Amino acid sequence: MKKIVDLLRENARLTNEQLAVISGITEEEVSKEIKRLEDNGTIIGYSAIINEEQLDKNAVTAFIEVKVSPQVECGYDDIARAIARYDEVDTVQLMSGSFDLSVTLRGNNLREVALFVNERLATLDGVLSTTTHFILQRYKEKGVNFAADEADERSLVSP
Amino acid sequence: MMDYEKLLSDTVQDVKFSGIRKFFDIASTVENVISLSVGEPDFKTPWAIRKEAIRTLEKGKTAYTANSGLVQLRRSLSEYIERKTSLKYDPDHEIIVTVGGSEAIDCAFRALCDPGDEVLIPEPSFVCYAPLVKMAGGVPVIIETKLENNFKLTPEEIKEKLTPKTKALVFPYPNNPTGAVMRKDDLEKIAAVIRETDIAVISDEIYSELTYGAERHVSIAEIEGMKERTILINGFSKAFSMTGWRLGYFAAPAPITGQMLKIHQYAIMCSPTVSQYAAVAALMDCDGEVLRMKEEYNARRRFVVKSFNDMGLECFEPEGAFYAFPCIKSTGLTSEEFCKHLLNSKKVAIVPGDAFGASGEGFVRVSYAYSLAHLNTALQRIEEFLKELKI
Repeated sequence: MKKIVDLLRENARLTNEQLAVISGITEEEVSKEIKRLEDNGTIIGYSAIINEEQLDKNAVTAFIEVKVSPQVECGYDDIARAIARYDEVDTVQLMSGSFDLSVTLRGNNLREVALFVNERLATLDGVLSTTTHFILQRYKEKGVNFAADEADERSLVSP
Repeated sequence: MMDYEKLLSDTVQDVKFSGIRKFFDIASTVENVISLSVGEPDFKTPWAIRKEAIRTLEKGKTAYTANSGLVQLRRSLSEYIERKTSLKYDPDHEIIVTVGGSEAIDCAFRALCDPGDEVLIPEPSFVCYAPLVKMAGGVPVIIETKLENNFKLTPEEIKEKLTPKTKALVFPYPNNPTGAVMRKDDLEKIAAVIRETDIAVISDEIYSELTYGAERHVSIAEIEGMKERTILINGFSKAFSMTGWRLGYFAAPAPITGQMLKIHQYAIMCSPTVSQYAAVAALMDCDGEVLRMKEEYNARRRFVVKSFNDMGLECFEPEGAFYAFPCIKSTGLTSEEFCKHLLNSKKVAIVPGDAFGASGEGFVRVSYAYSLAHLNTALQRIEEFLKELKI
């Protein structure tokens, strides 16, 4: 059976009725399962997958590597949460490897992102250095290809 | 001037092109059609299989194999069949690898039929049986299965058509186009009739892996007294998404395979070598992939069947393959009219049920070998079409 969580990951707009039909359980069971996933923090939100550059030609998305000095007792948590509190910031993740925090953020233009990094991110206590990468072109996001689907090479009608 | 009609065999000229092909010709004249007509999986061949094919090519293993197929493949097939059913076939004498299930079907008819011998063919069913029987010199005898029996074959229907000339029964389950399956108790009833005769069963089980529900697919060869008279046909196309690799096989008692091997040997030599090596990987490493694809089909199946019933086209529950076979009689149109109007007004291509035999009239075949998003779009258009019809 396909799991509700997998079906929602692919398309969060399926109605409970559709989810019930597709997964072969009742609508009540679907509601119960979704409530369970929401209550236990497995599903923390629903959002659309947006082609940002289509929405606004000047919009930019940056991925920033942040090196920080961990603090006694709370480690990386305090600084990571401080960054996460900024509305501009999309995602904050603690990484293994050569830097500590990965921060993704969106801005209306290059200058806005640059200002944010210089004035608000780099100046935070505990931030040692930042490396900013701008996204040049998107090809796939959350499992969705930006280019039109590969043509179905199967014949139109076949055995 | 050559008189081609005189030149060419009457038998071959009498055979018609398939109704699927006819509808394809119509559909290809319309632009931007979205299709629900494809009888092959939408999934790519699992990577493990493609990788093995690449490796085979890199190593240059491109010579002919034994006529009956690679030894490793026949051994793997023997194990696979035993794992999936309770049947044991000797890989050295009872299994032969063919170019798709289609070639196995052709070999079976040619091995069984003398001129005038009759072959029972339940319809609606895949389009190749009757033409191949004719070209093998036999006489196709059609059994029309019915919606009220969920398109299952009944023992009475067989009895009605049995004659002293009957040589074989084609047994196409899970069924294309209806999605009907024969469960164990259905098979017992058929076997009870067949055991009293001396006819063979040509069991086309190409969709065996796509059997939905709690019970597994059961081969008619598993029923008592049936293995000795059954030619079990299967292949890699549907279960492993390997249509273009052209690889199938049959398993049967040695006296039968021995004769069929001659046909295969003279007509084909051997199946494509690269495909055969890749198929070994399919049998060894792809259980998970096969299951994943089946679950995906199953989700789509429920969605499609529910959608048709909701829009007022009665659709019995298909328990196998990847087709739904809704009834369109309530529209007052014939299958062909329905499909042509739908194609022209909504640009959705589905196949008229009568392409699969006269008893398919009043139905249409809808393939769900498509993504849920694609199915959703197409089904919405069909619903609009129905609403407009009623005005």
